[in-house]
Amino acid sequence: MRARSQDLGFRLTTGAFAVALVAIVAGIGAALVSQSWLAIGKFGLGFWRTSTWDPVAGDFGALPFIWGTLYSSILALLLATPVALGIAIFISELCPAPLRTPLVFLTELLAAIPSIVYGLWGIFVLVPAVRTLQTHVPDSLRTLPFFSGPPLGVGMLSAALILAIMVVPFTSSVAREVLKAVPVAQREGAYALGATRFEAIRAAMFYARTGIIGAGMLGLGRALGETMAVTMVIGNNPQVSASLFAPQYTMAAVIANEFTEAADELYLHALIEIGLVLFVITLIVNGLSRLLIWSMARSGQARKPARPAEASA
Amino acid sequence: MVSAVLATAACGGGAPASDQSTPQAGAGVQINGAGATFPYPIYSKWFAEYNALHPDVRINYQSIGSGGGIRQLTNRTVFFGATDGPMTDDQLKAAPSPVLHFPTVLGAVVPIYNVPGVQGDLQFSGAVLADIYLGKIQKWNDPALVKLNPSAKLPATDITVVHRSDGSGTTFIFVDFLSKVSPAFKDKVGVATSVNWPVGVGGKGNEGVSGLVTQTPASIGYVELIYARQTNTAYGAVQNAAGAFVKASNESVTAAAAEAAANMPADFRVSITNAPGANAYPIASFTWMLLFENADDKVQSAAMFNFLKWALTDGQKAATELGYAALPPAVVTLEQAALARVKVS
Repeated sequence: MRARSQDLGFRLTTGAFAVALVAIVAGIGAALVSQSWLAIGKFGLGFWRTSTWDPVAGDFGALPFIWGTLYSSILALLLATPVALGIAIFISELCPAPLRTPLVFLTELLAAIPSIVYGLWGIFVLVPAVRTLQTHVPDSLRTLPFFSGPPLGVGMLSAALILAIMVVPFTSSVAREVLKAVPVAQREGAYALGATRFEAIRAAMFYARTGIIGAGMLGLGRALGETMAVTMVIGNNPQVSASLFAPQYTMAAVIANEFTEAADELYLHALIEIGLVLFVITLIVNGLSRLLIWSMARSGQARKPARPAEASA
Repeated sequence: MVSAVLATAACGGGAPASDQSTPQAGAGVQINGAGATFPYPIYSKWFAEYNALHPDVRINYQSIGSGGGIRQLTNRTVFFGATDGPMTDDQLKAAPSPVLHFPTVLGAVVPIYNVPGVQGDLQFSGAVLADIYLGKIQKWNDPALVKLNPSAKLPATDITVVHRSDGSGTTFIFVDFLSKVSPAFKDKVGVATSVNWPVGVGGKGNEGVSGLVTQTPASIGYVELIYARQTNTAYGAVQNAAGAFVKASNESVTAAAAEAAANMPADFRVSITNAPGANAYPIASFTWMLLFENADDKVQSAAMFNFLKWALTDGQKAATELGYAALPPAVVTLEQAALARVKVS
């Protein structure tokens, strides 16, 4: 009897924690909506589509910020994931044992650096380097929309690079754990069939693919919300541009920059609505990544029903 | 909701021991304020010095930005506010009771630049600065710039325009000046702590703007005079309303304020950019403390009354030491008279 009541108590407590988390998320959403009501009422869906951001005239549109956030984060994801996977594979599969602990420690140290420090490093080291790189881009490439504009240094490319560096430790440590969770039998089976080391690793990666996607998505989530380092190097100019050289802006950055001085009601509500948009986009991205993982897991199971349960992060 | 805090001597966490030795035990008063970041260095120095003189008065100040200061004052979460741009009529109407403005010190904004091959100071006019920030003047060797700086070897390179990305009183003062001298700027951009810049890149804070200008060849930006001075950044002279090219200094900024004293409005909400007078620096401004005329807590009102009396006189010396320009005597006299409006009993 005692054990049973203990069980019940435990279930209720943990259940309450889980419900509290959902309630907090719902509460944040509700608070964002109620605090941005003026802007929602005035601009409606146009807020998502227009690009004017004029605090003087009281005309607000979020498109450049949405564009800048998604562009910089996806670019960072593309840059960071291969590197992070390489680190994870090296550490978990190829690395000599004495090197492993220091390497793990160093990648995790990257995650512990405050973002303002990344930002300062960005301003003083990365941005000048990017500017030098930009001045060496041949004229023939400059005609492409990706490389148009003067070489400022600050801009989309610097932001994506700094985000990529910040995201690598997260993605790589999750990917490493995922690879570690692949049963030894998988690799041994591959070797038994005469696979080379590369083929064996490929098999392990295929086995762990949903977890690896999850690792990438974790990195993307981090990149979407990063504020300080990005605002210091992205140039803070609200424009929708495909150019890697152009100064642009992100949602988190505009909130951080303008919130303290926003005394006007509508302005404040527009800034909070930016927060709401970021919240919604984060939810959508997370939902899509869940969907992707789920569909991959399902198709994997359908093809190879004998496969054991999924390894996950 | 009134959340004014009346601290007794016993509940001052981390307070200096002198608290206990105050003769009138229990008479200690703790006042909370919030607002502009620009005057934060002088305010924190003033509050510390004043606390040393009057151990029973402790004033806390949080530099959360002018907008935040106005908001918190309006919500009565703090007892006094501070702002770099005076409250608008709408904001005053939204406040629960009448708010008084008291200028405390003066600030100025200076143009900084990084032009390869150019040594020495450049000279700017308001119209030229406005056209640069509108994107109309795009090259350093534009005839308008050459005309102002005939002896400088201005290159034929594109100008990289740098402005503040964060909402800031510095931006407010700068665009207030540009809007006064250029109708096109007023029409297209306007005056606020954050504006919709037609061109350029944004740096966060004075340090962000100055960092970008230092690193980017052929760039121009604007920072607070104090910041330029502390970091030994060279800055340009600006043509004032009388047609003279003036570099920002304590004297030229105080001169701009002195001109304003002649026709000072009773509520001190005045812009002193583009001030008349041959010696006046044109991109200058007061920074204000905000107090309720008739606050609920008269003990705190009395303490702030005494503090302001001290800050306007003895405190001004500390201001010049930190690089702020002191208030001209005429303005101090006007403010001392206006202080009588603060109800202390």
